[in-house]
Amino acid sequence: MSAAGWETVIGLEIHAQLATASKIFSGSATAYGASPNSQANLVDLAYPGVLPVLNQEAVRMAVKFGLAVDATVAPRSVFARKNYFYPDLPKGYQISQYELPVVAKGHLDIVLDDGTKKRIGITRAHLEEDAGKSLHEGLPKQSGIDLNRAGTPLVEIVSEPDMRSAKEAVAYLKKVHTLVRYLEICDGNMQEGSFRCDANVSVRRVGAEKFGTRAEIKNINSFRFVEKAINYEVARQIDLLESGGKVVQETRLYDPDKGETRSMRSKEEANDYRYFPDPDLLPVELDAAFIEAVRKTLPELPDQKAARFVATLGLSEYDAGVLTSSKELAAYYEEVARLVGQPKLAANWVAGSLAAALNEHNLEITESRIDAKRFAGLLGRIVDNTISGKIAKDVFEAMWAEGKDADAIIESRGLKQITDTGAIEKAIDEVMAKNPGQLADYRSGKDKLFGFFVGQVMKATGGKANPAQLNELLKKKLAG
Amino acid sequence: MHTSTLAELARKLRAKEFSVTELTKTLLKRIETSQPKLNAFISVTGEQALERAAAADAAFAAGKAGPLTGLPLAHKDIFCTRGVKTSCGSRMLDNFVSPYDATVVEKLEAAGMVTLGKTNMDEFAMGSSNETSWYGPVRNPWDPKLVPGGSSGGSAAAVAARVAPVATATDTGGSIRQPASLCGVTGIKPTYGRVSRYGMIAFASSLDQGGLISQTAEDAALVLQAMAGFDPRDSTSVDTPVPNYVAGLDAPLAGLKIGLIKEFFDKGLDASVEKCIREALVVYEKLGAKLVEVKLPALPLSVPTYYVVAPAECSSNLARFDGVRYGHRAKDPKDLMDLYKRSRGEGFGAEVKRRIMTGTYVLSAGYYDAYYLKAQRVRQLINQDFKRAFGEVDVLMGPTAPDVAFEIGAKASDPIQMYLNDIYTIGANLAGVPAMSIPCGFVRELPVGLQICGPHFGESKLLNVAHAYQKETDWHRRMPAAYEPEVLS
Repeated sequence: MSAAGWETVIGLEIHAQLATASKIFSGSATAYGASPNSQANLVDLAYPGVLPVLNQEAVRMAVKFGLAVDATVAPRSVFARKNYFYPDLPKGYQISQYELPVVAKGHLDIVLDDGTKKRIGITRAHLEEDAGKSLHEGLPKQSGIDLNRAGTPLVEIVSEPDMRSAKEAVAYLKKVHTLVRYLEICDGNMQEGSFRCDANVSVRRVGAEKFGTRAEIKNINSFRFVEKAINYEVARQIDLLESGGKVVQETRLYDPDKGETRSMRSKEEANDYRYFPDPDLLPVELDAAFIEAVRKTLPELPDQKAARFVATLGLSEYDAGVLTSSKELAAYYEEVARLVGQPKLAANWVAGSLAAALNEHNLEITESRIDAKRFAGLLGRIVDNTISGKIAKDVFEAMWAEGKDADAIIESRGLKQITDTGAIEKAIDEVMAKNPGQLADYRSGKDKLFGFFVGQVMKATGGKANPAQLNELLKKKLAG
Repeated sequence: MHTSTLAELARKLRAKEFSVTELTKTLLKRIETSQPKLNAFISVTGEQALERAAAADAAFAAGKAGPLTGLPLAHKDIFCTRGVKTSCGSRMLDNFVSPYDATVVEKLEAAGMVTLGKTNMDEFAMGSSNETSWYGPVRNPWDPKLVPGGSSGGSAAAVAARVAPVATATDTGGSIRQPASLCGVTGIKPTYGRVSRYGMIAFASSLDQGGLISQTAEDAALVLQAMAGFDPRDSTSVDTPVPNYVAGLDAPLAGLKIGLIKEFFDKGLDASVEKCIREALVVYEKLGAKLVEVKLPALPLSVPTYYVVAPAECSSNLARFDGVRYGHRAKDPKDLMDLYKRSRGEGFGAEVKRRIMTGTYVLSAGYYDAYYLKAQRVRQLINQDFKRAFGEVDVLMGPTAPDVAFEIGAKASDPIQMYLNDIYTIGANLAGVPAMSIPCGFVRELPVGLQICGPHFGESKLLNVAHAYQKETDWHRRMPAAYEPEVLS
């Protein structure tokens, strides 16, 4: 999208809602979708005299993230108050971490289109509480406040301005999304707002050292919108600069219906948050033993898993990347590969047809209509030559639609591969007899017609001829 | 019976000289008759008190009474009390009925004490004279023209006038000790973290500490025993065992090293008050204590430091009072901003607004380092001063306030003069150390308070030192003539 001569600079601030059972500073439940204010106690409502008590589980989860991105976990971090008035912020301040975050200086690697790796710096990750929600619909001349979400723990992950295109930003966002789900610290549900991001976008002349003035696009909650919002914003800024204008530092909102960003508030209108350490909470002090104990709970991380798939299963980096994009998909793949005994075949199929079907129906691997065992059953029939890969695609589709085993479908539709040499030879003879012209041409040097004969024989056998046998026999017969 | 100390009442109840119900009725009557001239109470909870008194009588009858069962008290209206208005002395919370009990209230009720009502106070505990209360000033029982001190003026006046034997109070910069001094009663501000702040409406979180006002150190020991202790609902409360305060009361003082804070005996101190303090020190010398002069060089900076830290925290703590969920809400707001501005503008009084504005200013971008951060650094120095002093001496002594009670209105228009009334008390809050004020004489027929300050978690020693003095003197038994039983029934 970026016009010639311009370079895009992007940094992301990702808010991941931590999957704790209760809120970060109160005992209220965090479950999504409860009736308004049914999950808000006196602490969440900021009643006079109440005090926050830190949920240790939220700290543990943030530390887990820090270790997974190879960051420094602070031995001492401090909660601060971010002061501003808004009805969905009952205390009149948000408890966050400001000068001393729990996690600092980490990084993640993303894979670019050309297959090369790029390292994205993570400046910091800090703990904070979410705000509630204001509801405006169906309430004439009034606003409703739902404080169920108020006090839900968040980890805000701030990247360095290391991304140079919307695609890179999406790749990084997906990588973080994958990681928090591997770590089981966030459910990653973007529709429910459990995982959302703000994008800081600026442009500068190629070769320029100084960053351009940035705009911050707030609260984008889908991968698609992130890409669209950034591309729109980049084009807007370039147009502005090329026509002699200036980019102003401001906060913008992305409107997915119109596909555009628009100004929310300028720097001048921005709040002075008057941060200061929260005197109601003690500094969070973490000793080495705690950090090491958390490290022991780290699962095999996506990059480690992908590397193992390449090294020990012989997969391509691309397939390994796709198959490790979620913990559940990787587990599904590993199960299929183990049952079939052919990791590459399993990879082709899981990353290919299955992934396509899931994508088409907008399903997660855990919602797949074909479980790993059945899927392995299908691939097993390719391995033992009962069906060809091509037929297998049809069988797969039938399995997906009907929910039956591969064997049942092969049996009922008579899709079993023809491996009887005599039967294949008979079909070849018939095709040759029907197409004397093509045969003469082939024999006079038109090698390309080989494909025509393969197609005709396959057609005659209903696609069931074993492709390898067919090739061999056909070559012999055509040669005369 | 109402001139009795809490300890005496406990003995008399046990000896069945009267019942808890009789005691409660007598005190409720005294509160009622004293209220027009004293204005010490914001709410009186007679009905609940009599119910609890009946339960306490039943406990006595069943032989299940504990050391505090049936003993009456009043709570400063800063402590949340379930089902009872908790106003914090402000119009903002005039309509607020708390749905829960503060930890302190819960603990004292669990110990069997009977709550008589909620005492008047400076609005949100911001004041040194009780004049900032939405409910009007409390009068000093010794002279109705004078202030009782603040912010716990209602609690101090109630105990001084013997309408309640003991009252809870809070101290952010002297709000227990200064009114105790001005009313001639005993007040203790425990170590920061000793008593839970849960349910105590926050003014300045890093300085606020709950405590109490009583006639004697012995009574303070009895009640503090039940109030103190770790509370998982308050992250700043400290998980360290609570010693037996009563058992430590009679330890001998021989060899006690008393540090006299040089900076306190300065030109700001009234000469007659100083004389009173010096006489009290002589009593201690007779008890075998040794007097040493100590220097706390950073201490004179405590007032400016406090008036940065406390307003900063208050500006944020009071942001929750926005008219949205509870408390005062402006009528017919035009929009959100109008709702905020008018609810807060109408709900808060002048002193609260002054502090919110000061606090907002010192935390603002560009000023934070020069004010808030610098104040925090000075606070560290003051802390170190106290630490060093307690390396040399057991307790520190000096005046609680620079002078005796002043006239209502005398300092109301001059905040700086008002703030200087806390010049000797603020240091203990900034350092988080415990401190007491005990009556030690009279100047111009008005009580003077001696301040005793100890190291962190040194409450036992403080109570011991105060009790030893009260065994030798009777200043703490003096009561204002206007409230003698024959005058006020």
